[in-house]
Amino acid sequence: MTTADTIHPEMTTNNTEPSFEALATQLLANSAERVPSLKGQLVYRCELSKLISVLKLLNSNENLEFSQLSDLTAVDYPGRIQRFELVYQLLSITHNRRIRIICAIDEGQIVPSATGVYKSAEWPEREVWDMYGLFFSDHPDLRRLLTDYGFEGHPLRKDFPLTGYVEVRYDDIERRVAYQPVQLTQEYRDFDFLSPWEGDQELVHSSLNAEAENKENAKKDGGS
Amino acid sequence: MGVIPPRMDVPIPPGETQDKILNAVTDEITNKGFVIASADKLFNWARSGSLWPMTFGLACCAVEMMHSAASRYDMDRYGMLFRPSPRQSDVMIVAGTLTNKMAPALRRVYDQMPEPRWVLSMGSCANGGGYYHYSYAVVRGCDRIVPVDVYVPGCPPTAEALIYGLLQLQKKIKRTETIARR
Repeated sequence: MTTADTIHPEMTTNNTEPSFEALATQLLANSAERVPSLKGQLVYRCELSKLISVLKLLNSNENLEFSQLSDLTAVDYPGRIQRFELVYQLLSITHNRRIRIICAIDEGQIVPSATGVYKSAEWPEREVWDMYGLFFSDHPDLRRLLTDYGFEGHPLRKDFPLTGYVEVRYDDIERRVAYQPVQLTQEYRDFDFLSPWEGDQELVHSSLNAEAENKENAKKDGGS
Repeated sequence: MGVIPPRMDVPIPPGETQDKILNAVTDEITNKGFVIASADKLFNWARSGSLWPMTFGLACCAVEMMHSAASRYDMDRYGMLFRPSPRQSDVMIVAGTLTNKMAPALRRVYDQMPEPRWVLSMGSCANGGGYYHYSYAVVRGCDRIVPVDVYVPGCPPTAEALIYGLLQLQKKIKRTETIARR
């Protein structure tokens, strides 16, 4: 018995009707596979080519009725061959259930826009374009959403430096706000917790002891 | 005349001294028909007594700014009324994080304010970037965009702190010599 069954007792009492999960898995059998998840959440992975058809299926199915796209975002995994993951969060208002569709894509791949299925995808897709530089085809108005006008780069990519490339100041001669390369008076501090000057003293001592032990062991091994 | 010229910025308590001065002034008016006063002091008195701040709330500091304007601390007592238009205001309270995208708008609003004008930077973010100092999108202190008169520290500063900053600004205005300089 899964957690979902306890939440929806009417589904367990009527054994002839399949559970919500079973319905979803059956519906997406050819296009997406279920991913193990915490507490019986519905998480599915699918190919980029099948993404829009999956969303259409979930939206139009009478038994599921995922009528709302609550969020759409991306994740950057620089180490992977397919660098980005697109994450779609859907909500079925009639059944009070949620589903997550994950879709791995590579840098430079063009994503079909979900605005045809869910109108609410327009701004989240603009945000993903802004923050990750993923291009959506057939989007009605794909501009940057949050960053400055004329901003360069995509800030939520892992290779984007925290402080960016430009900063602003008011130019008294030209009488306008001007851009200039970033100049930091104090470098960004990366706290080193093993440093003997600023670190946690217990941690430092334990790490120093461990180092000494390693050296002794190496000597013993070399001697024997 | 036998009357010690009083300091303009300190009110004289009622009593013998106050009566003496008032009598002297009344005598002057009845004898000559006019009194002489320092125009500088008069202007500064008027200006510091009716500081109209421009409403420029950018983040959570704006909520503290509202608190200082609301009934408990009541900025109206000092003649400070929030104005929705830069054309009608003397002070700009930069309350919150100033982003790169907002910077040109802030400068434009400042430029639209009539002289004399003052700027009060409220909170860590406006003072020097604060929590977002190393961010790619935030101006590291609003003094890079507009000249600042008073900095109020805090994250966010309490309503009392803002009131204190505004009183400091009043003091600063009273010290300036309006006619002699500029």
